Amino acid sequence: MMDAGRHPNITLLTYSEVEEVSGYIGNFNVRIRKQARSVQEDLCTGCGLCQEKCPTKVLDTAFEAGMGKRKAIYKPFAQAIPNVPLIDRENCLFFTKGRCKLCEKVCPTGAIDYEQEDQLLDVQVGAILVATGFAPWNPVQLSQYSYGRSPNILTGLQFERLTSATGPTGGEILTAEGKKPERVALIHCVGSRDERAHAYCSRICCMYSLKQAHQVRDKTGAAVYDFYMDMRAFGKAYEEFYARVQEEGITFVRGRGTEVQVLPDGKLQVKAEDTLLGRLVAVDVDIVILATAVEPQSDAGRVAGLFGLGRTPDGFFAEAHPKLRPVETSTGGVFLAGACQGPRDVPDTVTHAGAAAMEVVRLFNQGEVTISPTVAVVDAEQCVGCGECILACPYSAIARNAEERAEINAALCHGCGTCAATCPAGAITALHFTDEEIVAQIDGLLVLAT
Amino acid sequence: MKVERNITMSESFEPRIVAFLCNWCSYAGADNAGIARMQSPANILPVRVMCSGRVAPEMILRAFRSGADGVLVLGCHIGDCHYISGNHRTAKRIPLLRNLLGHVGINPDRLRLDWVSSAEAPKFASVTQEFVETVRSLGPIAEEMGG
Repeated sequence: MMDAGRHPNITLLTYSEVEEVSGYIGNFNVRIRKQARSVQEDLCTGCGLCQEKCPTKVLDTAFEAGMGKRKAIYKPFAQAIPNVPLIDRENCLFFTKGRCKLCEKVCPTGAIDYEQEDQLLDVQVGAILVATGFAPWNPVQLSQYSYGRSPNILTGLQFERLTSATGPTGGEILTAEGKKPERVALIHCVGSRDERAHAYCSRICCMYSLKQAHQVRDKTGAAVYDFYMDMRAFGKAYEEFYARVQEEGITFVRGRGTEVQVLPDGKLQVKAEDTLLGRLVAVDVDIVILATAVEPQSDAGRVAGLFGLGRTPDGFFAEAHPKLRPVETSTGGVFLAGACQGPRDVPDTVTHAGAAAMEVVRLFNQGEVTISPTVAVVDAEQCVGCGECILACPYSAIARNAEERAEINAALCHGCGTCAATCPAGAITALHFTDEEIVAQIDGLLVLAT
Repeated sequence: MKVERNITMSESFEPRIVAFLCNWCSYAGADNAGIARMQSPANILPVRVMCSGRVAPEMILRAFRSGADGVLVLGCHIGDCHYISGNHRTAKRIPLLRNLLGHVGINPDRLRLDWVSSAEAPKFASVTQEFVETVRSLGPIAEEMGG
Protein backbone atom coordinates (compact mmCIF):
# COMPACT_ATOMS: atom_id res chain seq x y z
CA MET A 1 0.00 0.00 0.00
CA MET A 2 2.87 2.32 0.81
CA ASP A 3 4.47 1.63 -2.58
CA ALA A 4 1.16 2.43 -4.26
CA GLY A 5 0.92 5.66 -2.30
CA ARG A 6 4.41 6.72 -3.28
CA HIS A 7 4.40 5.72 -6.93
CA PRO A 8 4.56 8.76 -9.24
CA ASN A 9 2.06 7.20 -11.68
CA ILE A 10 -0.52 6.34 -9.06
CA THR A 11 -3.02 8.82 -7.65
CA LEU A 12 -4.40 7.26 -4.49
CA LEU A 13 -7.88 8.50 -3.58
CA THR A 14 -8.88 7.08 -0.22
CA TYR A 15 -12.12 7.73 1.67
CA SER A 16 -13.64 8.25 -1.78
CA GLU A 17 -16.58 6.73 -3.65
CA VAL A 18 -17.35 6.32 -7.34
CA GLU A 19 -20.67 8.01 -8.06
CA GLU A 20 -21.12 7.71 -11.80
CA VAL A 21 -19.54 5.93 -14.75
CA SER A 22 -20.19 6.52 -18.42
CA GLY A 23 -18.43 5.89 -21.70
CA TYR A 24 -16.83 2.79 -23.12
CA ILE A 25 -13.53 0.97 -23.45
CA GLY A 26 -10.65 3.37 -23.78
CA ASN A 27 -12.94 6.30 -23.00
CA PHE A 28 -14.61 6.04 -19.60
CA ASN A 29 -15.73 9.07 -17.61
CA VAL A 30 -15.78 8.48 -13.88
CA ARG A 31 -17.16 10.84 -11.24
CA ILE A 32 -15.57 10.37 -7.84
CA ARG A 33 -16.63 11.85 -4.52
CA LYS A 34 -13.65 12.48 -2.27
CA GLN A 35 -15.31 12.62 1.13
CA ALA A 36 -14.28 15.23 3.69
CA ARG A 37 -11.88 13.93 6.36
CA SER A 38 -12.01 17.29 8.16
CA VAL A 39 -8.20 17.07 8.08
CA GLN A 40 -6.03 18.66 5.41
CA GLU A 41 -3.85 15.93 3.92
CA ASP A 42 -1.08 18.23 2.78
CA LEU A 43 -0.63 19.77 6.25
CA CYS A 44 -0.99 16.64 8.42
CA THR A 45 2.31 15.02 9.45
CA GLY A 46 0.70 11.90 10.95
CA CYS A 47 2.02 12.70 14.45
CA GLY A 48 -1.07 11.17 16.06
CA LEU A 49 -1.52 13.83 18.78
CA CYS A 50 -5.14 14.51 17.82
CA GLN A 51 -6.01 10.84 18.22
CA GLU A 52 -4.23 10.71 21.57
CA LYS A 53 -6.11 13.72 22.97
CA CYS A 54 -9.56 13.06 21.53
CA PRO A 55 -11.90 12.38 24.47
CA THR A 56 -14.47 10.39 22.52
CA LYS A 57 -14.14 6.61 22.29
CA VAL A 58 -16.20 4.69 19.76
CA LEU A 59 -16.64 0.92 19.32
CA ASP A 60 -14.65 0.00 16.23
CA THR A 61 -16.96 -2.28 14.25
CA ALA A 62 -14.82 -2.11 11.13
CA PHE A 63 -11.17 -3.01 11.58
CA GLU A 64 -11.50 -4.26 15.17
CA ALA A 65 -14.64 -6.23 14.26
CA GLY A 66 -16.25 -4.96 17.45
CA MET A 67 -13.42 -6.25 19.64
CA GLY A 68 -11.86 -2.88 20.40
CA LYS A 69 -12.36 0.87 20.38
CA ARG A 70 -11.12 3.84 18.41
CA LYS A 71 -11.44 7.61 18.79
CA ALA A 72 -13.81 9.94 16.97
CA ILE A 73 -10.76 11.19 15.05
CA TYR A 74 -9.03 8.08 13.84
CA LYS A 75 -7.09 6.22 11.21
CA PRO A 76 -8.92 3.14 9.87
CA PHE A 77 -5.96 0.98 10.98
CA ALA A 78 -2.41 1.57 12.14
CA GLN A 79 -0.76 1.06 8.76
CA ALA A 80 -3.29 3.10 6.76
CA ILE A 81 -2.04 5.05 3.77
CA PRO A 82 -2.11 8.04 3.71
CA ASN A 83 -0.99 8.42 7.31
CA VAL A 84 -3.77 10.96 7.90
CA PRO A 85 -6.75 10.53 10.26
CA LEU A 86 -10.36 11.39 9.55
CA ILE A 87 -13.12 12.69 11.81
CA ASP A 88 -16.17 10.49 12.32
CA ARG A 89 -18.71 13.30 12.18
CA GLU A 90 -21.46 11.13 13.66
CA ASN A 91 -19.56 10.70 16.92
CA CYS A 92 -17.30 13.77 17.12
CA LEU A 93 -18.29 16.13 19.97
CA PHE A 94 -17.84 19.20 17.77
CA PHE A 95 -20.05 17.97 14.97
CA THR A 96 -22.73 16.56 17.26
CA LYS A 97 -22.74 19.10 20.10
CA GLY A 98 -20.55 22.03 19.01
CA ARG A 99 -18.07 21.42 21.84
CA CYS A 100 -14.46 20.27 22.37
CA LYS A 101 -12.26 21.09 19.33
CA LEU A 102 -9.29 19.59 21.23
CA CYS A 103 -7.80 18.13 18.06
CA GLU A 104 -7.64 21.58 16.47
CA LYS A 105 -5.97 22.95 19.60
CA VAL A 106 -3.23 20.33 19.77
CA CYS A 107 -2.50 19.95 16.07
CA PRO A 108 1.03 21.33 15.51
CA THR A 109 0.43 22.19 11.84
CA GLY A 110 -3.15 23.46 11.94
CA ALA A 111 -4.32 20.63 9.71
CA ILE A 112 -7.78 20.23 11.29
CA ASP A 113 -10.49 21.78 9.11
CA TYR A 114 -14.05 21.37 10.36
CA GLU A 115 -15.36 23.28 7.34
CA GLN A 116 -13.89 20.85 4.84
CA GLU A 117 -16.39 19.66 2.23
CA ASP A 118 -16.64 16.67 -0.08
CA GLN A 119 -14.87 17.15 -3.39
CA LEU A 120 -16.19 15.91 -6.73
CA LEU A 121 -13.63 14.80 -9.29
CA ASP A 122 -14.24 13.89 -12.91
CA VAL A 123 -11.57 11.66 -14.42
CA GLN A 124 -11.13 10.10 -17.85
CA VAL A 125 -9.75 6.57 -17.86
CA GLY A 126 -9.17 3.90 -20.45
CA ALA A 127 -9.93 0.90 -18.28
CA ILE A 128 -11.56 0.07 -14.96
CA LEU A 129 -10.42 -2.62 -12.54
CA VAL A 130 -12.89 -3.58 -9.80
CA ALA A 131 -11.30 -5.04 -6.68
CA THR A 132 -13.94 -4.35 -4.05
CA GLY A 133 -13.39 -7.49 -1.99
CA PHE A 134 -15.82 -9.48 0.14
CA ALA A 135 -17.71 -9.20 3.42
CA PRO A 136 -17.99 -11.71 6.26
CA TRP A 137 -21.42 -13.24 6.72
CA ASN A 138 -23.11 -12.34 10.01
CA PRO A 139 -23.92 -15.52 11.96
CA VAL A 140 -26.67 -13.80 13.93
CA GLN A 141 -28.82 -14.81 10.95
CA LEU A 142 -28.94 -18.43 12.11
CA SER A 143 -29.93 -18.46 15.78
CA GLN A 144 -28.66 -22.02 16.32
CA TYR A 145 -25.15 -20.62 16.70
CA SER A 146 -26.27 -18.26 19.51
CA TYR A 147 -24.02 -15.55 18.09
CA GLY A 148 -24.53 -12.39 20.10
CA ARG A 149 -25.77 -14.26 23.18
CA SER A 150 -22.30 -14.69 24.62
CA PRO A 151 -19.19 -12.52 24.25
CA ASN A 152 -17.17 -15.73 23.93
CA ILE A 153 -18.73 -16.78 20.64
CA LEU A 154 -16.51 -15.17 18.02
CA THR A 155 -16.35 -15.09 14.27
CA GLY A 156 -13.08 -16.09 12.62
CA LEU A 157 -12.33 -12.43 11.91
CA GLN A 158 -12.96 -11.44 15.51
CA PHE A 159 -10.61 -14.18 16.67
CA GLU A 160 -7.94 -12.71 14.37
CA ARG A 161 -8.14 -9.48 16.36
CA LEU A 162 -7.93 -11.40 19.62
CA THR A 163 -4.80 -13.22 18.60
CA SER A 164 -3.14 -10.27 16.89
CA ALA A 165 -0.21 -8.65 18.70
CA THR A 166 -1.71 -5.25 17.83
CA GLY A 167 -5.20 -6.26 18.92
CA PRO A 168 -7.22 -5.42 22.04
CA THR A 169 -5.47 -8.02 24.23
CA GLY A 170 -2.01 -7.67 22.73
CA GLY A 171 -2.36 -11.11 21.18
CA GLU A 172 -3.29 -13.04 24.31
CA ILE A 173 -6.14 -15.45 23.75
CA LEU A 174 -8.49 -14.73 26.64
CA THR A 175 -12.16 -15.13 27.32
CA ALA A 176 -14.27 -11.96 27.58
CA GLU A 177 -13.85 -12.29 31.35
CA GLY A 178 -10.09 -12.01 30.92
CA LYS A 179 -9.31 -15.66 31.71
CA LYS A 180 -7.17 -18.12 29.79
CA PRO A 181 -9.50 -20.62 28.08
CA GLU A 182 -9.21 -24.29 28.97
CA ARG A 183 -11.33 -25.59 26.13
CA VAL A 184 -11.94 -24.04 22.70
CA ALA A 185 -14.13 -25.19 19.79
CA LEU A 186 -13.93 -24.20 16.14
CA ILE A 187 -16.87 -24.77 13.80
CA HIS A 188 -16.37 -24.86 10.02
CA CYS A 189 -18.95 -24.00 7.33
CA VAL A 190 -20.97 -21.46 9.34
CA GLY A 191 -23.25 -20.02 6.68
CA SER A 192 -21.41 -21.88 3.91
CA ARG A 193 -22.56 -25.08 2.21
CA ASP A 194 -25.88 -24.27 3.84
CA GLU A 195 -29.04 -23.95 1.78
CA ARG A 196 -30.44 -21.50 4.35
CA ALA A 197 -27.50 -19.11 3.94
CA HIS A 198 -24.97 -19.70 1.15
CA ALA A 199 -24.87 -22.90 -0.84
CA TYR A 200 -21.25 -22.44 -1.90
CA CYS A 201 -18.01 -23.26 -0.09
CA SER A 202 -16.16 -20.16 1.09
CA ARG A 203 -12.80 -21.71 0.25
CA ILE A 204 -10.63 -19.94 2.84
CA CYS A 205 -12.10 -21.10 6.13
CA CYS A 206 -10.68 -24.62 6.48
CA MET A 207 -7.15 -23.29 6.24
CA TYR A 208 -7.61 -20.32 8.53
CA SER A 209 -9.46 -22.49 11.05
CA LEU A 210 -6.53 -24.90 11.05
CA LYS A 211 -4.24 -21.97 11.64
CA GLN A 212 -6.42 -20.66 14.43
CA ALA A 213 -6.70 -24.11 16.05
CA HIS A 214 -2.93 -24.36 15.93
CA GLN A 215 -2.55 -20.88 17.48
CA VAL A 216 -4.93 -21.65 20.34
CA ARG A 217 -3.15 -24.88 21.11
CA ASP A 218 0.26 -23.26 20.82
CA LYS A 219 -0.49 -20.13 22.88
CA THR A 220 -2.76 -21.51 25.59
CA GLY A 221 -2.36 -25.28 25.66
CA ALA A 222 -6.16 -25.47 25.81
CA ALA A 223 -8.08 -28.55 24.62
CA VAL A 224 -9.12 -27.74 21.04
CA TYR A 225 -12.09 -29.30 19.24
CA ASP A 226 -12.35 -28.66 15.49
CA PHE A 227 -15.76 -29.50 13.97
CA TYR A 228 -15.42 -29.86 10.20
CA MET A 229 -17.39 -31.40 7.31
CA ASP A 230 -14.58 -31.84 4.78
CA MET A 231 -11.06 -30.52 5.19
CA ARG A 232 -10.30 -28.38 2.16
CA ALA A 233 -6.51 -28.12 2.10
CA PHE A 234 -6.18 -27.62 -1.62
CA GLY A 235 -3.14 -25.38 -2.04
CA LYS A 236 0.62 -25.67 -2.07
CA ALA A 237 1.85 -27.02 1.30
CA TYR A 238 -1.70 -26.83 2.67
CA GLU A 239 -2.17 -30.57 3.17
CA GLU A 240 1.25 -30.77 4.83
CA PHE A 241 0.15 -28.07 7.28
CA TYR A 242 -3.01 -30.02 8.04
CA ALA A 243 -0.95 -33.14 8.72
CA ARG A 244 1.27 -31.15 11.09
CA VAL A 245 -1.70 -29.70 12.98
CA GLN A 246 -3.21 -33.17 13.32
CA GLU A 247 -0.12 -34.15 15.33
CA GLU A 248 -0.60 -31.38 17.89
CA GLY A 249 -3.19 -33.11 20.04
CA ILE A 250 -6.20 -31.27 18.62
CA THR A 251 -9.43 -33.27 18.50
CA PHE A 252 -10.88 -33.21 14.98
CA VAL A 253 -14.56 -34.11 14.85
CA ARG A 254 -15.84 -34.92 11.37
CA GLY A 255 -19.33 -33.56 11.73
CA ARG A 256 -20.99 -30.20 11.26
CA GLY A 257 -21.19 -28.24 14.53
CA THR A 258 -24.92 -27.63 14.40
CA GLU A 259 -25.76 -25.93 17.66
CA VAL A 260 -24.06 -23.70 20.18
CA GLN A 261 -25.90 -23.42 23.47
CA VAL A 262 -25.05 -20.86 26.14
CA LEU A 263 -25.17 -22.73 29.45
CA PRO A 264 -26.28 -21.07 32.72
CA ASP A 265 -22.68 -20.89 34.00
CA GLY A 266 -21.62 -19.06 30.83
CA LYS A 267 -19.91 -22.02 29.23
CA LEU A 268 -20.75 -22.89 25.64
CA GLN A 269 -21.94 -26.30 24.50
CA VAL A 270 -21.33 -27.37 20.92
CA LYS A 271 -23.41 -30.23 19.54
CA ALA A 272 -22.53 -32.28 16.49
CA GLU A 273 -22.80 -35.70 14.96
CA ASP A 274 -19.39 -37.35 14.84
CA THR A 275 -19.90 -39.10 11.51
CA LEU A 276 -16.83 -41.29 11.90
CA LEU A 277 -18.04 -42.66 15.23
CA GLY A 278 -21.67 -42.59 14.20
CA ARG A 279 -22.58 -40.87 17.49
CA LEU A 280 -23.97 -37.56 18.63
CA VAL A 281 -21.46 -35.60 20.68
CA ALA A 282 -21.67 -32.51 22.88
CA VAL A 283 -18.65 -30.59 24.11
CA ASP A 284 -18.59 -27.81 26.73
CA VAL A 285 -16.01 -25.11 25.95
CA ASP A 286 -14.99 -21.60 27.00
CA ILE A 287 -14.68 -20.06 23.52
CA VAL A 288 -16.35 -20.94 20.21
CA ILE A 289 -14.88 -19.68 16.94
CA LEU A 290 -17.31 -19.68 14.01
CA ALA A 291 -15.70 -19.91 10.56
CA THR A 292 -18.26 -17.68 8.89
CA ALA A 293 -19.00 -17.61 5.18
CA VAL A 294 -17.50 -15.13 2.77
CA GLU A 295 -20.13 -13.19 0.85
CA PRO A 296 -20.34 -10.28 -1.58
CA GLN A 297 -20.26 -6.79 -0.05
CA SER A 298 -23.64 -5.38 0.91
CA ASP A 299 -23.42 -2.73 -1.84
CA ALA A 300 -22.57 -5.22 -4.57
CA GLY A 301 -25.84 -4.43 -6.33
CA ARG A 302 -25.03 -0.73 -6.56
CA VAL A 303 -21.44 -1.37 -7.65
CA ALA A 304 -22.63 -3.82 -10.30
CA GLY A 305 -25.01 -1.21 -11.65
CA LEU A 306 -22.30 1.46 -11.70
CA PHE A 307 -19.85 -0.58 -13.75
CA GLY A 308 -22.25 -2.70 -15.78
CA LEU A 309 -21.22 -5.91 -14.02
CA GLY A 310 -23.23 -9.08 -14.13
CA ARG A 311 -23.62 -11.26 -11.07
CA THR A 312 -23.45 -15.04 -10.86
CA PRO A 313 -26.15 -16.83 -8.83
CA ASP A 314 -23.92 -16.72 -5.71
CA GLY A 315 -24.02 -12.90 -5.87
CA PHE A 316 -20.37 -12.32 -6.75
CA PHE A 317 -19.45 -10.32 -9.86
CA ALA A 318 -19.59 -12.27 -13.11
CA GLU A 319 -16.44 -13.11 -14.98
CA ALA A 320 -16.64 -13.29 -18.79
CA HIS A 321 -16.07 -17.05 -18.79
CA PRO A 322 -15.93 -19.32 -15.72
CA LYS A 323 -12.85 -21.20 -16.92
CA LEU A 324 -11.13 -19.25 -19.63
CA ARG A 325 -11.68 -15.57 -18.82
CA PRO A 326 -11.48 -15.13 -15.04
CA VAL A 327 -10.59 -11.43 -14.92
CA GLU A 328 -12.66 -9.96 -17.76
CA THR A 329 -16.33 -8.99 -17.63
CA SER A 330 -18.89 -8.82 -20.41
CA THR A 331 -18.12 -5.09 -20.66
CA GLY A 332 -14.94 -4.38 -22.56
CA GLY A 333 -12.41 -2.43 -20.53
CA VAL A 334 -13.87 -3.39 -17.15
CA PHE A 335 -11.93 -6.06 -15.26
CA LEU A 336 -12.23 -7.90 -11.95
CA ALA A 337 -9.58 -8.70 -9.36
CA GLY A 338 -9.82 -10.78 -6.21
CA ALA A 339 -12.63 -11.80 -3.90
CA CYS A 340 -15.29 -9.58 -5.45
CA GLN A 341 -15.45 -12.23 -8.18
CA GLY A 342 -15.55 -15.15 -5.74
CA PRO A 343 -14.02 -16.41 -2.49
CA ARG A 344 -10.27 -16.83 -2.73
CA ASP A 345 -7.24 -16.75 -0.45
CA VAL A 346 -4.13 -14.59 -0.60
CA PRO A 347 -1.99 -16.52 -3.16
CA ASP A 348 -4.95 -16.91 -5.51
CA THR A 349 -5.90 -13.25 -5.11
CA VAL A 350 -2.37 -12.16 -5.98
CA THR A 351 -2.49 -14.34 -9.08
CA HIS A 352 -5.93 -13.09 -10.10
CA ALA A 353 -5.00 -9.45 -9.55
CA GLY A 354 -1.79 -9.88 -11.53
CA ALA A 355 -3.78 -11.31 -14.42
CA ALA A 356 -6.24 -8.41 -14.30
CA ALA A 357 -3.43 -5.86 -14.29
CA MET A 358 -1.85 -7.58 -17.28
CA GLU A 359 -5.14 -7.45 -19.19
CA VAL A 360 -5.17 -3.68 -18.72
CA VAL A 361 -1.54 -3.42 -19.85
CA ARG A 362 -2.35 -5.58 -22.87
CA LEU A 363 -5.30 -3.38 -23.75
CA PHE A 364 -3.27 -0.20 -23.50
CA ASN A 365 -0.38 -1.64 -25.48
CA GLN A 366 -2.69 -2.55 -28.33
CA GLY A 367 -3.88 1.05 -28.49
CA GLU A 368 -6.80 0.00 -30.65
CA VAL A 369 -9.65 -2.39 -30.02
CA THR A 370 -11.09 -4.71 -32.64
CA ILE A 371 -14.83 -5.07 -32.38
CA SER A 372 -17.16 -7.52 -34.03
CA PRO A 373 -18.88 -6.35 -37.22
CA THR A 374 -22.17 -7.90 -36.12
CA VAL A 375 -23.40 -4.75 -34.47
CA ALA A 376 -26.71 -2.95 -34.83
CA VAL A 377 -27.18 0.38 -36.62
CA VAL A 378 -30.04 2.88 -36.44
CA ASP A 379 -31.41 4.56 -39.57
CA ALA A 380 -32.02 8.03 -38.14
CA GLU A 381 -34.57 8.83 -40.85
CA GLN A 382 -36.79 5.90 -39.88
CA CYS A 383 -36.31 6.32 -36.13
CA VAL A 384 -39.33 7.91 -34.42
CA GLY A 385 -37.51 8.51 -31.13
CA CYS A 386 -39.75 6.25 -29.04
CA GLY A 387 -36.81 5.04 -26.93
CA GLU A 388 -37.98 1.41 -26.77
CA CYS A 389 -34.64 0.18 -28.07
CA ILE A 390 -32.84 2.06 -25.30
CA LEU A 391 -34.84 0.10 -22.73
CA ALA A 392 -34.32 -3.19 -24.53
CA CYS A 393 -30.55 -3.05 -24.80
CA PRO A 394 -28.87 -5.19 -22.11
CA TYR A 395 -25.64 -3.20 -22.47
CA SER A 396 -26.96 0.37 -22.37
CA ALA A 397 -25.34 0.78 -25.77
CA ILE A 398 -28.12 2.99 -27.15
CA ALA A 399 -28.66 6.63 -26.31
CA ARG A 400 -30.58 9.59 -27.68
CA ASN A 401 -28.45 11.89 -29.80
CA ALA A 402 -28.79 15.65 -30.22
CA GLU A 403 -31.59 15.14 -32.75
CA GLU A 404 -33.55 12.99 -30.28
CA ARG A 405 -32.94 9.91 -32.42
CA ALA A 406 -31.51 6.65 -31.13
CA GLU A 407 -27.82 6.13 -31.71
CA ILE A 408 -25.94 2.91 -31.06
CA ASN A 409 -22.39 2.92 -29.67
CA ALA A 410 -20.68 0.22 -31.73
CA ALA A 411 -18.05 -0.29 -29.04
CA LEU A 412 -20.71 -1.22 -26.47
CA CYS A 413 -23.00 -3.17 -28.82
CA HIS A 414 -22.63 -6.95 -28.49
CA GLY A 415 -24.79 -7.74 -31.50
CA CYS A 416 -27.71 -9.60 -29.89
CA GLY A 417 -30.24 -7.93 -32.19
CA THR A 418 -32.86 -7.42 -29.48
CA CYS A 419 -33.17 -3.74 -30.42
CA ALA A 420 -33.76 -4.62 -34.07
CA ALA A 421 -36.65 -6.89 -33.12
CA THR A 422 -38.03 -4.31 -30.69
CA CYS A 423 -38.06 -1.26 -32.94
CA PRO A 424 -41.66 -0.58 -33.96
CA ALA A 425 -40.51 1.55 -36.89
CA GLY A 426 -38.14 -1.07 -38.25
CA ALA A 427 -35.37 1.51 -38.09
CA ILE A 428 -32.65 -0.75 -36.71
CA THR A 429 -30.54 -3.10 -38.78
CA ALA A 430 -28.68 -5.94 -37.09
CA LEU A 431 -25.72 -6.18 -39.44
CA HIS A 432 -25.16 -9.69 -40.85
CA PHE A 433 -28.43 -10.88 -39.31
CA THR A 434 -30.74 -8.55 -41.20
CA ASP A 435 -34.47 -9.09 -41.65
CA GLU A 436 -33.85 -9.70 -45.35
CA GLU A 437 -31.22 -12.37 -44.67
CA ILE A 438 -33.42 -14.16 -42.16
CA VAL A 439 -36.50 -14.04 -44.39
CA ALA A 440 -34.42 -15.35 -47.29
CA GLN A 441 -33.40 -18.28 -45.10
CA ILE A 442 -37.00 -18.97 -44.10
CA ASP A 443 -38.21 -18.88 -47.70
CA GLY A 444 -35.28 -20.93 -48.89
CA LEU A 445 -35.75 -23.63 -46.27
CA LEU A 446 -39.47 -23.92 -46.92
CA VAL A 447 -38.90 -24.24 -50.67
CA LEU A 448 -36.18 -26.89 -50.29
CA ALA A 449 -38.25 -28.95 -47.89
CA THR A 450 -41.14 -29.55 -50.30
CA MET B 1 -32.01 -47.82 -47.08
CA LYS B 2 -35.75 -47.60 -47.49
CA VAL B 3 -37.10 -44.11 -48.00
CA GLU B 4 -40.60 -43.38 -46.82
CA ARG B 5 -42.71 -41.57 -49.36
CA ASN B 6 -45.85 -39.63 -48.56
CA ILE B 7 -48.85 -41.51 -49.94
CA THR B 8 -51.46 -38.88 -49.33
CA MET B 9 -51.32 -35.64 -47.41
CA SER B 10 -53.78 -36.77 -44.79
CA GLU B 11 -52.30 -40.23 -44.23
CA SER B 12 -48.75 -39.19 -43.34
CA PHE B 13 -48.44 -35.45 -43.32
CA GLU B 14 -44.91 -34.30 -42.62
CA PRO B 15 -45.08 -30.87 -41.00
CA ARG B 16 -42.44 -28.31 -41.90
CA ILE B 17 -41.30 -26.41 -38.85
CA VAL B 18 -39.09 -23.33 -38.89
CA ALA B 19 -37.00 -23.27 -35.73
CA PHE B 20 -35.30 -20.05 -34.62
CA LEU B 21 -32.26 -21.14 -32.62
CA CYS B 22 -30.06 -18.79 -30.64
CA ASN B 23 -26.38 -19.14 -31.46
CA TRP B 24 -25.07 -19.70 -27.95
CA CYS B 25 -27.56 -22.11 -26.40
CA SER B 26 -30.19 -23.78 -28.52
CA TYR B 27 -28.22 -23.86 -31.78
CA ALA B 28 -25.27 -25.40 -29.90
CA GLY B 29 -27.72 -27.78 -28.21
CA ALA B 30 -29.02 -28.86 -31.59
CA ASP B 31 -25.46 -29.28 -32.81
CA ASN B 32 -24.63 -31.41 -29.80
CA ALA B 33 -27.73 -33.52 -30.34
CA GLY B 34 -26.45 -34.23 -33.81
CA ILE B 35 -22.96 -35.03 -32.59
CA ALA B 36 -24.42 -37.41 -30.02
CA ARG B 37 -26.45 -39.06 -32.80
CA MET B 38 -29.70 -38.38 -31.01
CA GLN B 39 -32.83 -38.81 -33.09
CA SER B 40 -34.31 -35.45 -33.96
CA PRO B 41 -37.02 -35.17 -36.58
CA ALA B 42 -35.96 -33.95 -40.02
CA ASN B 43 -39.03 -31.71 -40.09
CA ILE B 44 -37.07 -29.04 -38.25
CA LEU B 45 -35.69 -26.27 -40.47
CA PRO B 46 -33.19 -24.31 -38.35
CA VAL B 47 -32.56 -20.57 -38.65
CA ARG B 48 -29.65 -19.37 -36.55
CA VAL B 49 -29.89 -16.00 -34.82
CA MET B 50 -27.45 -14.60 -32.29
CA CYS B 51 -30.10 -14.27 -29.61
CA SER B 52 -33.74 -15.34 -29.27
CA GLY B 53 -34.35 -11.63 -28.66
CA ARG B 54 -33.64 -11.09 -32.38
CA VAL B 55 -36.77 -12.98 -33.33
CA ALA B 56 -39.36 -10.39 -34.30
CA PRO B 57 -43.08 -11.26 -34.48
CA GLU B 58 -43.07 -10.23 -38.15
CA MET B 59 -40.57 -12.97 -38.97
CA ILE B 60 -42.73 -15.57 -37.30
CA LEU B 61 -45.80 -14.42 -39.21
CA ARG B 62 -43.75 -14.40 -42.42
CA ALA B 63 -42.73 -17.98 -41.73
CA PHE B 64 -46.38 -19.04 -41.45
CA ARG B 65 -47.25 -17.10 -44.61
CA SER B 66 -44.42 -18.77 -46.51
CA GLY B 67 -45.84 -22.16 -45.61
CA ALA B 68 -44.38 -23.19 -42.26
CA ASP B 69 -46.81 -25.48 -40.43
CA GLY B 70 -45.22 -24.64 -37.11
CA VAL B 71 -42.66 -22.24 -35.66
CA LEU B 72 -40.39 -23.14 -32.78
CA VAL B 73 -38.38 -20.51 -30.90
CA LEU B 74 -35.64 -21.87 -28.67
CA GLY B 75 -33.44 -19.67 -26.49
CA CYS B 76 -31.19 -19.74 -23.44
CA HIS B 77 -32.83 -20.34 -20.07
CA ILE B 78 -33.95 -17.23 -18.24
CA GLY B 79 -31.00 -15.94 -16.29
CA ASP B 80 -28.54 -17.60 -18.63
CA CYS B 81 -28.94 -15.47 -21.76
CA HIS B 82 -25.57 -14.88 -23.35
CA TYR B 83 -26.69 -11.28 -23.81
CA ILE B 84 -28.02 -11.05 -20.26
CA SER B 85 -31.65 -10.10 -20.94
CA GLY B 86 -32.39 -10.72 -24.63
CA ASN B 87 -34.53 -13.73 -23.76
CA HIS B 88 -36.62 -11.65 -21.36
CA ARG B 89 -38.02 -9.87 -24.40
CA THR B 90 -38.67 -13.17 -26.13
CA ALA B 91 -40.44 -14.48 -23.03
CA LYS B 92 -42.89 -11.59 -23.32
CA ARG B 93 -43.24 -11.47 -27.11
CA ILE B 94 -44.07 -15.07 -27.86
CA PRO B 95 -47.00 -15.49 -25.44
CA LEU B 96 -48.40 -12.19 -26.70
CA LEU B 97 -48.03 -13.31 -30.29
CA ARG B 98 -49.68 -16.66 -29.50
CA ASN B 99 -52.68 -14.74 -28.21
CA LEU B 100 -52.87 -12.71 -31.42
CA LEU B 101 -52.45 -15.72 -33.73
CA GLY B 102 -55.90 -16.96 -32.78
CA HIS B 103 -57.34 -13.67 -33.97
CA VAL B 104 -55.87 -14.08 -37.44
CA GLY B 105 -57.03 -17.68 -37.76
CA ILE B 106 -53.85 -19.55 -36.90
CA ASN B 107 -53.96 -22.10 -34.08
CA PRO B 108 -51.69 -20.71 -31.33
CA ASP B 109 -50.31 -24.19 -30.66
CA ARG B 110 -48.44 -23.89 -33.96
CA LEU B 111 -46.02 -21.52 -32.17
CA ARG B 112 -43.95 -22.80 -29.28
CA LEU B 113 -41.30 -21.16 -27.12
CA ASP B 114 -38.88 -23.22 -25.05
CA TRP B 115 -35.48 -22.90 -23.40
CA VAL B 116 -32.71 -25.29 -24.39
CA SER B 117 -29.13 -24.82 -23.28
CA SER B 118 -26.08 -26.03 -25.20
CA ALA B 119 -25.70 -28.90 -22.75
CA GLU B 120 -29.29 -30.05 -23.17
CA ALA B 121 -29.04 -32.08 -26.36
CA PRO B 122 -31.61 -34.62 -25.10
CA LYS B 123 -34.04 -31.78 -24.44
CA PHE B 124 -33.58 -30.50 -27.97
CA ALA B 125 -34.42 -33.96 -29.29
CA SER B 126 -37.47 -34.38 -27.09
CA VAL B 127 -38.86 -30.86 -27.60
CA THR B 128 -38.54 -31.13 -31.36
CA GLN B 129 -40.09 -34.62 -31.45
CA GLU B 130 -42.97 -33.47 -29.23
CA PHE B 131 -43.60 -30.33 -31.27
CA VAL B 132 -43.55 -32.16 -34.58
CA GLU B 133 -46.27 -34.49 -33.29
CA THR B 134 -48.31 -31.55 -31.96
CA VAL B 135 -48.17 -29.82 -35.34
CA ARG B 136 -48.81 -33.07 -37.18
CA SER B 137 -52.05 -33.49 -35.27
CA LEU B 138 -53.05 -29.91 -36.23
CA GLY B 139 -52.66 -30.62 -39.91
CA PRO B 140 -51.13 -28.51 -42.69
CA ILE B 141 -51.23 -24.74 -42.26
CA ALA B 142 -52.66 -24.35 -45.76
CA GLU B 143 -55.89 -26.04 -44.67
CA GLU B 144 -56.17 -23.75 -41.65
CA MET B 145 -55.46 -20.58 -43.58
CA GLY B 146 -57.90 -21.67 -46.24
CA GLY B 147 -55.57 -21.18 -49.15
